[in-house]
Amino acid sequence: MNRRLILLAPFAAVLVAGVGFLAMLEREQEGKFDPRGVPSMLIGKPVPDFTLPGDPGFAASDLRGRPILVNFFASWCEPCIEEAPALMQIKASGVVIYGIAYKDKPDATAAFLARHGNPFARVAHDAPGRVAIDWGVTGVPETYLIDPQGIVRWRYVGPLGPAAISAELTPLLRRYA
Amino acid sequence: MIPELGHFALALAVALGLAQAILPLWGAYRRDARLMEAAPALAVGQFVAMAISFGALAWSAVVSDFSVLNIAENSNSMEPLIYKITGTWGNHEGSILFWCLILTVCGAAVAAFGGNLPSSLRARVIGVLGAAGVGFQLFALLESDPFVRLSPAPLDGRDMNPLLQDPGLAMHPPILYTGYVGFAVPFAFAVAALLEGRIDAAWGRWVRPWTLAAWCFLTGGIALGSWWAYYELGWGGFWFWDPVENASLLPWLTGTALLHSALVVEKREALKVWTVLLAIGTFSLSLSGTFLVRSGILNSVHAFANDPARGVFILALLGLVIGGSLLLFALRAPALAATGIFAPVSREGALVLNNILLCSIAAVVLTGTTYPLFADLLLGEKLSVGAPFFNATVFPLAIPLFAAMSFGPMLAWKRAALAPALMKLWWAALVAAAVGLLAAGVLRAALLPALALAASAWLILGAFADIAARIALFRLPLPASLRRLTGLSRSSFGTTLAHAGLSITIAGIAAMSLAQSAIVLVHPGEVAHVGGYDWQLVDLHDRAGPNYAARVATIRISRAGHPVTVLAPERRSFPVQQINTTEAKISTNLLRDLYAVLGEERDGGAVLRLHVNPLAPWIWLGALVMACGGLISLADRRLRVGAPSRRRAGSAVPA
Repeated sequence: MNRRLILLAPFAAVLVAGVGFLAMLEREQEGKFDPRGVPSMLIGKPVPDFTLPGDPGFAASDLRGRPILVNFFASWCEPCIEEAPALMQIKASGVVIYGIAYKDKPDATAAFLARHGNPFARVAHDAPGRVAIDWGVTGVPETYLIDPQGIVRWRYVGPLGPAAISAELTPLLRRYA
Repeated sequence: MIPELGHFALALAVALGLAQAILPLWGAYRRDARLMEAAPALAVGQFVAMAISFGALAWSAVVSDFSVLNIAENSNSMEPLIYKITGTWGNHEGSILFWCLILTVCGAAVAAFGGNLPSSLRARVIGVLGAAGVGFQLFALLESDPFVRLSPAPLDGRDMNPLLQDPGLAMHPPILYTGYVGFAVPFAFAVAALLEGRIDAAWGRWVRPWTLAAWCFLTGGIALGSWWAYYELGWGGFWFWDPVENASLLPWLTGTALLHSALVVEKREALKVWTVLLAIGTFSLSLSGTFLVRSGILNSVHAFANDPARGVFILALLGLVIGGSLLLFALRAPALAATGIFAPVSREGALVLNNILLCSIAAVVLTGTTYPLFADLLLGEKLSVGAPFFNATVFPLAIPLFAAMSFGPMLAWKRAALAPALMKLWWAALVAAAVGLLAAGVLRAALLPALALAASAWLILGAFADIAARIALFRLPLPASLRRLTGLSRSSFGTTLAHAGLSITIAGIAAMSLAQSAIVLVHPGEVAHVGGYDWQLVDLHDRAGPNYAARVATIRISRAGHPVTVLAPERRSFPVQQINTTEAKISTNLLRDLYAVLGEERDGGAVLRLHVNPLAPWIWLGALVMACGGLISLADRRLRVGAPSRRRAGSAVPA
C-alpha cells in the first residue's frame, strides 16, 4: 500500500502543478495575474528614504522638483538590453532618468552602459539590493515615475517598450510635469 | 494554393495520427497482428503529411508570399534566403508546426529502425507517439494555424527579429527541438512498457540508443544556444539562468540521469520503476519547457507573442500527456518488480548516486524557475530568482557529482571495493589538487573556479585512467595493451569521451572567471592596452548590408609588437524593425578569445569593449566532445544487434 502511494506521488505533484498553472492562466485572462507584477504598494506614497553610492550616486531627497523616472536595471539582465533603446528614446524626449544598478558590480554596470547606451542622468549602485527591497522591486528591469513632490506615481515591471511609453508613461508625464 | 495544400496536409496528418494512435494500441491489446502491422506504415504516412505541410510553409517564406499572415509578420523580401527559411521556425506558429514535424520524424524512425522490436512493443511505441503527436497537430490546426491568409496582402513583410538573423541561431532550433522531441521516444517506450506490464534487460537495450540520440542533439542544441548568447548578445556571458535556458537544461539533466539508469536496467535489471519515471519525467519537462514558455506564464526574451487562451489549450494537452502517463505509472508500476540486487558500493550504486545528484540539481533549477510563479499565486508575493540563487545552489551539488564521476566507471557491477579504484586514481587526485592549488595561488582564481579547474583535471585524468586500466597500460607490454585498445567497445570509448568533454566544458566555464575586459574611449589611430594585447583602432566606416546599415570599426591587435589579428566589430541598424544590434567580433586560437564590441561614438572617438577570455571556446568544444561521445556510443554494435528471429528472417531472403 505504501509503495502504491509513493508511485502515485508524481501524478499528484503534477496534478497540483497543473491546477496551479490553470489558475495562473485563468487569472491572466481576467487581468488579475500578471507575472510582470501587481500595482506597487508604493503608488501615491513618498519614495522610501535611501542614499546610494555611485558616480555621483543619489538619495531620496534628489528625486524632487521635476518628474523623474527611476529605472532598476542590471548588466546581467537580458530584458534590460531589450529595454535600452526605449530608455534612450525617453531620454531624447527630455525626461530625466535615474538608474539604480541592482546587485551588480560597478565595472559590469559601466560596461553594460557603454555597450547599450547610457540613458541615465545619474547612476547609483544598490549592490546588496536593500533599497530594491524597500521599493518592492520584483525583478529587473523595473521603472518608477516620481512626481516633483517625490511621490511615486507609477510602476512598470519588465522592459519598457513603445506601447507602454505611449499608452501609460506619456499621459502621466503630461499630468505631473 | 501552396499554403492551402500545407493546411490540407496538416489536417491529413491529424487524421493519420488518430489512426496511428488507435489502431496499433487496440491491435496490441487484442493481439491482432494485422492492426499492429499497420503501425509503421501509418507513422511513415504521418511523417510524409507533416513534411508536405512544413514544406508548404517554408516554400511560402522562400517566395515571400505575404498573403500568408505568418510570413507577412515574420519575413521580409530583403532578407537573405537562409533567414527566410530559418524564419519559418523562428516564430510561434512555425515553431509548433516544426515541433510536430520532428515528432513524426521520431515515429517514422521507430518504424524504420524498430524492426528488431517485438511487434506488440513496436505497435505500442508508435501508437503512443501518434497519440502525443495528434494533440499538438490539433493545436497547430485549431489554435495556431500558420496558413491563415491575409487580404489585402501587404507589399512587404515585417521582418524577423534581427537578433535571430544569425547563422548559429539558424541551426539552433532544429537541433534543440530534435533533442526535446527525441525524448518522446523513450517516453513512448516507457508508456508502452507500462501497458505491456513488463520491463527487462532487452527493454533497457532498446531504449538506450533513442535516449542517447536525443541527448546528443539536446547537448548540441543547448551549446549552440549558449554560444549564440556569447557572440550575438555581445557582453561576454554565455549562460543567464533565463527561464528558457532553464527549460532546456532541465530535460538535459534528467535525460543524462535516464541515460545512466537505463544502463542499470540493461545490465542488471534493477532501477526499472525509476527509469520509467525518468523517461516520463524527461519528456514531460521537455514538453512543459517548450510550451509553458509560449503560454505567457514564464516570461523571457525568448518568449514568442503569447496569448493566455492558447495557454489553456496547451495546458490541457500537457495535462493529458503528462497526467495520463503518470496515472498509468501509478496504476501499473507496482507490477514491475526489481530483480537485480546490488551493494551500495558498486557500479549500480555509483549510477544511483549520479541519478540522485543530477535529479537534485534538476529539482533546484525547477524550483528556482517556478517558485516565483507559485509564490505570486499562493502568497501574493513578488520575488525574482536570478543567477545568484542558481550559482549558489547548483555548484555545491555539481562538485560531488564531478568527484564521483571518475570513480563510477572503475567500479565493478553488483559489488565493488573502493580501494582498487582509489589505487588507480590516486595520481589523478594528486594532479587535480595541484591544478586547484595552482589556479588559486598563481592565477588567483576564487574558490569555486579553482575547485572547478581541479574537478576538470580530475575528470579528464579519470577518463584516461579508466581507459588505461581497461587496456592494462604499463602492466602488459605495449603491443598487448594496444591490442586491447582496439578491442574496447565503442560504448566505453563513448563514456570516456563524454566524461572528458564535460571536463573540457568545466575548464572553459571556470576559466571565464579569469577573463580580463575593459571599456575604452579611443580615437582612430590610438592604442588601448587590455589583457597583454595592444588594440589599435584603425578606422571607423559605414557599410550597407542586405537589410541593414552597419557602422564598422577596424581594430588591429598586436602583442609585443607582433601582429595578432584584425577585428571589425559592427553596430547594425535594421530599418524595418527599427532595432539596433551589435555584432561582436571574436578571434580565437582555442586557448583564448579576443573579443571586441563597438559601442557608441563620442567626439570623433569610439567606445570599445575589449575582452580577453581564456579557454572560452572550450565551453562549447566540450559540449561538442560530449555529443561526439554519445554518437560513438550510439555506433556500438551491441546497441544495434537485433533479436535472433529477425536475423534469421534477414538471412532467409534470397540475394
